[in-house]
Amino acid sequence: MISEATEFDPNNILTVKDLSVDFDVKGQSINILSKVNFGLKRGETVGIIGESGCGKSMTALALLRMVPSPPGKISNGEIFLNKKDIMSLSKREINRVRGREISMIFQEPMTALNPVYSIGNQLVETIQQHKPIDRASAMEEAIELLRSVQIPAPEKRISEYPYQLSGGMRQRIMIAMALVCNPQVLIADEPTTALDVTVQAQIFDLLKKIQNKNKTSIILITHDFGAVSEMADRVIVMYAGFKIEEGTLEEIRNSPIHPYTKGLLGSMLELKTDSAGFRERLPEIRGSVPDLLNRQAGCPFGPRCESATTRCLQMPPTFDLGDNRSVMCWLVENGEN
Amino acid sequence: MMQAVIQRVFLGIVLILGVIVLNFFLLQAAPGDVVDAMLAEAGGGDPELAARLRQSYGLDQPVYIQLIKYLGQVCIGDLGYSFYYDEPVATLILSHLPTTLMLTLSALILAVLFGTLFGVYAAIKPKGFFSNFVTVFSLFGYATPVFWLGMIVLLVFALYLPWFPAFGIRSIPEPDHPFDRALDIIHHLVLPTFTLAVLFLANYSRISRASMLDVLGADYIRTARTKGLSEPKVILKHALKNASLPVVTLAGLQLAQVFSGAVLVETVFSLPGVGPLLYESIVRRDFPVILGVLFGAATTTIVANIITDLVYKWMDPRIQSIT
Amino acid sequence: MTDIKSKDQNPFFSLEEIDSEREVKWRETLRLFCANRPALFGFLFIIVFIFVGIFGSILVPADPFEMVAVPLTSPGVGTLFGSDYLGRDVFVGIVHGTKATMIIATTATLVTVFIGITVGALAGYYGGIIDNILMRITEFFQVLPPLVFAMVIVAVFSSDILVVILAIAVTTWTTEARLTRAEFLKIKEQDYVTASRAIGDRDRRIIARIILPNAMPPIIIAITLRVGITIIYEAALSFLGLTDPDIITWGKMIGQSRDYFFDAWWTVTFPGVAILLIVLCIALIGDGLNDALNPKLRGR
Repeated sequence: MISEATEFDPNNILTVKDLSVDFDVKGQSINILSKVNFGLKRGETVGIIGESGCGKSMTALALLRMVPSPPGKISNGEIFLNKKDIMSLSKREINRVRGREISMIFQEPMTALNPVYSIGNQLVETIQQHKPIDRASAMEEAIELLRSVQIPAPEKRISEYPYQLSGGMRQRIMIAMALVCNPQVLIADEPTTALDVTVQAQIFDLLKKIQNKNKTSIILITHDFGAVSEMADRVIVMYAGFKIEEGTLEEIRNSPIHPYTKGLLGSMLELKTDSAGFRERLPEIRGSVPDLLNRQAGCPFGPRCESATTRCLQMPPTFDLGDNRSVMCWLVENGEN
Repeated sequence: MMQAVIQRVFLGIVLILGVIVLNFFLLQAAPGDVVDAMLAEAGGGDPELAARLRQSYGLDQPVYIQLIKYLGQVCIGDLGYSFYYDEPVATLILSHLPTTLMLTLSALILAVLFGTLFGVYAAIKPKGFFSNFVTVFSLFGYATPVFWLGMIVLLVFALYLPWFPAFGIRSIPEPDHPFDRALDIIHHLVLPTFTLAVLFLANYSRISRASMLDVLGADYIRTARTKGLSEPKVILKHALKNASLPVVTLAGLQLAQVFSGAVLVETVFSLPGVGPLLYESIVRRDFPVILGVLFGAATTTIVANIITDLVYKWMDPRIQSIT
Repeated sequence: MTDIKSKDQNPFFSLEEIDSEREVKWRETLRLFCANRPALFGFLFIIVFIFVGIFGSILVPADPFEMVAVPLTSPGVGTLFGSDYLGRDVFVGIVHGTKATMIIATTATLVTVFIGITVGALAGYYGGIIDNILMRITEFFQVLPPLVFAMVIVAVFSSDILVVILAIAVTTWTTEARLTRAEFLKIKEQDYVTASRAIGDRDRRIIARIILPNAMPPIIIAITLRVGITIIYEAALSFLGLTDPDIITWGKMIGQSRDYFFDAWWTVTFPGVAILLIVLCIALIGDGLNDALNPKLRGR
C-alpha cells in the first residue's frame, strides 16, 4: 500500500517526483516543500488547493526552476516534462522551456505586466523570444493572440499600456502571452482571485475553451474550492509543504479522507440553516498554519487535528489508494474510513 | 502630451515671475541702491546729485511701479548693471556660465550613470562585497562636506601627487593647438568634476540599489522570467527602466543642490564660474550681480525640472497629469 | 484562520488600543535600534560630541581666537592639531567650535522641521485649494538653489547668527513638507481617523494627536538625517565667510585656511574630519532608526 513515489506513468506529460524546496532563513534551513509527487496528463486540469503558505505557489515556481535563490533552492526531486529532465537543463535550455512548453499566469494581473511597456511591446518580445520572425509579423501575431483571448479592438489595445486596462482585460493579456507557443502545460496561479466574480467566470470559460482547442494541460493553483470545482479534473490538497491528499474532483468533494480536507470543505460549503431558521456557525479549522521555522515532529496537521491520536506524533506516510488517489494520514491505515 | 508640456511650461513661467518678484523685494531690502553703488564707485557725490540720479532712475516712484518696471526689464534680459565690473549683469553671468554648466552637467551625468550602475550591480548581488561597499560609500557621501573633499583631493592629487593642476581652468600660457587647449581644460576639470560627482554618485547608488531591489521583487519581473527571457534581458529591459525612475526624479529634484555644490567646488578650485562670481559679489555687496545669479540659477533649475518631468513622462506612461 | 488580523481595518477599534500598540512598537524599535551595533556606536559617539560641546570650553579654557604658537606650526606636543596662519590652536578651535556647530545645527533643524511639518500637515490634511497653494509655494522654494539662496539672504540682511539659522531653515524646509504631506495623505484615509472624525474631534486634535503621531516614524528618520545635512550646510556658509564673525565654527576654520592649506594640511584636515565624524555618526543613527522602524526593509 505504501509507495515511495508515484511510478513513472507514460501517459503523463509532466511528472514530479519527491520535489523538495528549502529556504535559508538566517542560517536556518526551512523545508517549504516536502517530497511532493504528482503527475499531469495531457488535456487534464489538476487543481492544487491549500491555504496561503502551504507551498502551492512554490510548487509552481519550482516546475519552472524559478524558486527565488537565494534564499531558496530545490533541495531534492525530479521533474520530467515528457521525457525531458527539467532539473538537468542548462540556463539556456530552461529559458527555452519557460514560455514555450510551460507557461504561467499569475494572481495579480495589476502588477504582473510591466507598467512602462505597452501591451504590444511585451507580447512581441515574448513572440520574438521563441520564434525567429520579424517585428511586423510578430505584431500581427500579437493582434491575433489578443483576438483569440476575446479582447475587443485588439489593433487599438495593442498600443495601450497596462494601466489603461481593467483587471480582467489584463488577465486576458497575461493568458495571451502565455499562449504564444501553445504550451503543453499552463500553470495558473490564483488566476481569478483578484477579479470580480463575473469576470472570474469569463476567465474560466476562456481557459476551458483554450484547453479544449489545444489539449493544454492546466495546473490551477488556488485557495478557493469554488474555482477548483469549476475547472479541475483532479485535486491535490496541500498543507504546510506536504501533499496531504489527492483524488478526482468527485472523490475529494464527496468523500474526503484527510481531516484537513474535510475541514477545508466544511469551511467553504454554503451556509445551512438549522431547524430554528438560524444560520449555523460556519465550521472552521481551529488553530492556524504551523510555523515552518519550528516544525514539530509528527504529522504537520496534528496540532490542529480533531482526530489526532498518539500515533500522529509519528510522521504519517503517503498511502497510495491506487488510481492517483492518495492520502497522508494514519486514519487510512486503521481503516477507519 | 502637448497639453501637458504647455501646462508645465506655463507653470514654469509663473515660477520665474515669482523669482523675479522675490528678487525685487530682496533688492529693496538690501542696504543701499543703484545710486549708492554708482556714487561709491565714482568716489562719492553730494546728496543733491544723488536725489537727481534717483529721480532719473525712477527710484522716487511708488514700489509697485518700480516692481512693474523691474519685471519689464528682467523680461527683456536686463538684470541690472554691475558698477564694479562695469558690465551688465546678464553679460557677466553669461560669460561665467560655460564653466559652471560644464562642471555641473558632467558631474551630474557621471553621478547618475555610475550611481545607477553601482546600485543595480549591488542589487543583483545583495549579499556581495559590492553591496556593502555601496552602503559604506553612501554613508561617507552623505557625511562629507563637498568643499572639504575638494581641498583634500587637491592636497592628494595636486600637491603630493602632482598629477593635476590645482587652480583655474586653463594653463598659462595656453597651448596653441585647439585640440590641446580642449585637453587642457579637461585636465583642469577632472578634479573638480570628480569632487562634485562622487558625493552625488554615492547618493544615487544607494537610491538605485533600493529601487532595484524593489523592482526585482516585482511580479512583472517574475512574468518576464516565466516567459523565458534571458536574465540579462530581464535586468536590462524590464528591471532597469523601472528602477531608474526614482533616480531620474531625484536627479531633477537635486539639480538645485548640485548647483549649490558647484558654487563651493568652483570656489575651492578657483574656476572662473558663477560660484566665485557670486562669492566675490557678496564680499563686495554687489547686489545686482548677487540677485542676477539667484535668478539665473532658479531659471536654470526650472527649465531643467521641466526637462526632467518630460523625460519621466516619456519613461513612465502612467504619469498622465503633472504632480 | 480564526485569529482576527483586521485591526487595521476595523473602524471600531478603540483609539486607546492604537495608542498602546504604538507604545509596544516604540519599545520594539528601541530594542532593534540597540541591537544595531553601528547605530549604537554612532549614538554613543554623538553623546561624546555633546559632552565636548557643553563642557569643552571648561575643559579647554584657552581662547580659540588667541595666538598661541608660531603661525602654521605642524601638529605636535604644544599644539595637538597644529596652528593656523595666525598661530591659533586648531585643536582648541575644534573643541570650541563643537558648541557653535551643535547649537546652530539643532536650532536650524528645529525651525526647518517646524516649517516643513506645519506646511506638509496642513496641505495633506485639508487638501484642495489649501494643498494646491501650499504645494505651489513649496515648489517655488524648491527651485531656488538652497546654498545660493541662503548666501543671498545673509548678504542682504546680515550675518547675524539668527539670520543664518533662518536662512538655512527657509531654504530647506521643502523636503520635510513633502514628506509630511505624503504621510498625511496616506494616514488620513485610515479608519481610525475617520472614526475620530465621526465622534466629532476637531481638526486640530486630529492633526496633532491622531495623525501626526502615526506619521512620525518616517519623519523622525528625516529629522535625524536633516541634522547632519544642516551641519554640513552651516559649515559651507561658514566656509564662505557668511557667518557671525565672533563665533568660531569648523566651517569657518576651513574657510580661513583656504589660502594656506597647501603649506599646512592640518589646518583644513582636522576641522573637516570633525564634521565628517559627527555627520557620519548621525547617518549611522539614521540608518539604525530606519532599520528599526521598517524591519522589513532592512539592508536597503
